[in-house]
Amino acid sequence: MAEKVIQIEIKRQSGPDAPATWEKFEIPWKPGMNVISVMREIAANPVNANGQDTTPIVYDSNCLEEICGSCAMVINGKARMACSALVDKLEQPIRVQPLTKFPVVRDLSVDRSVLFENLKAVKAWVPVDGTYDLGSGPRVFPQQQEVAYPLSNCISCCCCMEVCPQFNDATGFVGAATIAQVKLFNSHPTGKVLKEDRLRALAGDGGVQECGYAQNCVQVCPKQLPLTEAISDVTRDVTLQVAKDFLRA
Amino acid sequence: MAAPKIIVVGGGLAGLAAVIKIAEAGGNVDLFSIVPVKRSHSVCAQGGINAAKNLKGEGDTTWKHFDDTIYGGDFLANQTPVKAMCEAAPGIIDLLDRMGVPFNRTPEGLLDFRRFGGTLYHRTAFAGATTGQQLLYALDEQVRRYEAEGRVRKFEGWEFLSAVLDSEGVARGISAMDLRTMELTTFPADAIIIATGGIGAIFGKSTNSVVCTGSAQSALYQQGAWYANGEFIQVHPTSIPGEDKLRLMSESARGEGGRVWVPRTPGDKREARSIPETERWYFLEEWYPKYGNLVPRDVATRAIHKVVYEHGLGIDGQPMVYLDLTHIDRATLNRKLEGILEIYEKFVGDDPRDVPMKIFPGMHYTMGGLWVDFNQMTNIPGVFAAGEAEYQYHGANRLGANSLVSCIFGGFVSGPNAMAYAKSLKAAQGDGGHAQELARQRELNQQLLSSKGKENPFRIWRELGDTMTKNVTVIRHNKNIAETEAKIVELMERYRNIDLSDRSQWANTSFAFTRQLWNMLQISRVVAQGARLRDESRGAHYKPDFPERNDEKFLKTTKASFDAAANEPRFSFEDVDIQHIPPRPRRYDAAS
Ligand SMILES: Cc1cc2nc3c(=O)[nH]c(=O)nc-3n(C[C@H](O)[C@H](O)[C@H](O)COP(=O)(O)OP(=O)(O)OC[C@H]3O[C@@H](n4cnc5c(N)ncnc54)[C@H](O)[C@@H]3O)c2cc1C
Ligand code: SF4
Ligand code: SF4
Ligand code: FES
Repeated sequence: MAEKVIQIEIKRQSGPDAPATWEKFEIPWKPGMNVISVMREIAANPVNANGQDTTPIVYDSNCLEEICGSCAMVINGKARMACSALVDKLEQPIRVQPLTKFPVVRDLSVDRSVLFENLKAVKAWVPVDGTYDLGSGPRVFPQQQEVAYPLSNCISCCCCMEVCPQFNDATGFVGAATIAQVKLFNSHPTGKVLKEDRLRALAGDGGVQECGYAQNCVQVCPKQLPLTEAISDVTRDVTLQVAKDFLRA
Repeated sequence: MAAPKIIVVGGGLAGLAAVIKIAEAGGNVDLFSIVPVKRSHSVCAQGGINAAKNLKGEGDTTWKHFDDTIYGGDFLANQTPVKAMCEAAPGIIDLLDRMGVPFNRTPEGLLDFRRFGGTLYHRTAFAGATTGQQLLYALDEQVRRYEAEGRVRKFEGWEFLSAVLDSEGVARGISAMDLRTMELTTFPADAIIIATGGIGAIFGKSTNSVVCTGSAQSALYQQGAWYANGEFIQVHPTSIPGEDKLRLMSESARGEGGRVWVPRTPGDKREARSIPETERWYFLEEWYPKYGNLVPRDVATRAIHKVVYEHGLGIDGQPMVYLDLTHIDRATLNRKLEGILEIYEKFVGDDPRDVPMKIFPGMHYTMGGLWVDFNQMTNIPGVFAAGEAEYQYHGANRLGANSLVSCIFGGFVSGPNAMAYAKSLKAAQGDGGHAQELARQRELNQQLLSSKGKENPFRIWRELGDTMTKNVTVIRHNKNIAETEAKIVELMERYRNIDLSDRSQWANTSFAFTRQLWNMLQISRVVAQGARLRDESRGAHYKPDFPERNDEKFLKTTKASFDAAANEPRFSFEDVDIQHIPPRPRRYDAAS
């Protein structure tokens, strides 16, 4: 019986300024494989479909259970996590390429530090007084927890930014993930002391006003964050803040 | 005097906890991590974090938490630091709560607690099914705040390679590799804290994340740090075997009535559902009529192992058994277990409401680690360790939900102690050993780059994982362990003939992996030999030839030190601190 093989094509680039090329591989099929395990097979036997020696694919991964946010890439045209992309559910040849809106480091590895910078800019933290024992935290009712928890599930994968028509150099838009975190921290009993700072950071160019409500973000988010709801809530608050600041001035 | 400079290696819960304490005390921190810290392995923890807050009117106390932890660890942990951890735990939960962790709540708005293995109390605080993720994010956010204030510099995408030691063996900094430019650099520091997590990767596949290779701990061990209790490895009974990793299937599946079975006929090719009841073997129910499928973790793990390897009854000849929920109606399953069933569906592609899940025990947690004193300092002056990378809090077996608290506590202890140490440190002689260490690391890189053999590093790694998993996990026979030891020596020989298919010097992940692989081989020997030497059964360490715990000979911490000339470990044994609770037999099966 002929061995079942997986056909996969991977867009490769040896460095940020190097030209990109597609390389094809035929990998022996095993039950339960995901895209990561295909790349591991390539690493253990780095030979392409033409029988030429090649190098292992460079990509980011860590948890392998869709919780660390490392392995986002474009698989068969869709931005998603490679560790939860099961080979048996994908059309072949499987076509894998790096996220397109972020600078390529090498092969499928991209630089997504922009999101972490954005989180810094909007002060996405609760400003506690200190880590010494100050007794229990504020009361939070289950109803509030049920709003906060889904927002806190964001794994910083950047898929929402990848698919957003407004996320590009021209707009400088921060993207849906950052806005969702603003909603999270603004609704926390202590976190809300920085609410005005956060809203001001999202006013003006690159802020909430850039969003065109295309809703692409919500559809790709692997953690199903309620992004459009968060964007409209935060947009409303930003508008109010701008008006308040205007009157004060 | 300038503020002390501390380097923290690792940005999981332990590392971030240490960073926060140091920054708060006015120190400056350089934080190194292979992955962006927000993507550290700590995100994987699902179940929760323990603290005896006694919010359920059960009369829980920190002493009971302490006793459960010591007993669960089969009396191998030094008791004084464990006691301190249990006493600090309620305050840690309060702090996390103040930092905004979305813990589950009671109707009154207080923290909710659930029950976990190894205790009779509701002692586990949790945030949905993603507690580790939520805790890590809370600490990550606080560190980002200090970063914005300029107290913390992050080096994400950098790999720690070794400590820089001066002529007296005192730590003066670290050597590290930029994983993009592949450049080697040394960084000065007055003290360093190692918080690099577990060593799952030496078993090939485990429930751990990719970067949990133990490479940093191994490098330090090869520089003279003691590695303690390496043989204690926790294997979780129900993980989902995958091509790339083992994913955890929560105990709650059995809690809700899941039944474990195998076909009675070896290699039975029929589809699970078509196999009649009489041809199925519900071995846990048969062997343990009282507890059935809910026997404790180590017992379940051993039973599954036995059925597969001794009876040869794994499904389809593979190391797997069925965990069956299909007799329970869909509505009930969805109501009680939806979250975890989705994990199975997502990664296996089958619906466990329709077909029995295929599960097998999987390497899960590293109880052993770098030896530390009660101040979290290793035997190398100036090198501290915290989190899963050190050995101190779990003895021979870790209780569920105790790791997250030990990581944060260990970080909180190590940070201020590193500061205190740094303040009294005398200035280094000369350059403190920086030039020499840099040269040594360059030489190691050069050796690898010029190696022209035939061996593929990823295949050596697979073989290492296979032999470690087969002989040094659940059931240990000295004869088999000796086989594994010989295999590791063979793999080390073959490593010298490695073929790097990628020699480029830009973002070369397979090069970095190949460097880690050598350290993995070294630490594997510590684990295997430690297991061979310990002729008793205690906690997670089980030898059928020595089925009883032997306190007289082995109520001792195993300490491995590296003999560089012989290129192998040497072992010694240290008494355990048992001043608070006298050892008693550990028996969960006794009627109570
Ligand atoms: C699936 C799963 C579920 C779990 N559930 C629970 C639970 O419910 N409750 C519980 O208490 N425990 C649980 N645990 C255990 C717990 O998650 C871990 O023990 C804990 O998170 C370890 O944290 P850490 O800070 O020690 O290290 P990690 O979170 O592993 O972080 C290690 C850090 O070190 C860095 N690093 C590693 N090597 C280097 C190097 N050479 N150079 C630079 N940086 C390096 C990494 O980048 C990372 O930042 C679970 C474990 C698993 C696998
Ligand atoms: S809704 Fe807004 S943020 Fe989301 S994809 Fe559309 S433009 Fe982008
Ligand atoms: S909001 Fe969703 S898609 Fe966007 S970064 Fe977070 S998890 Fe990823
Ligand atoms: S590897 Fe963590 S999300 Fe895929």
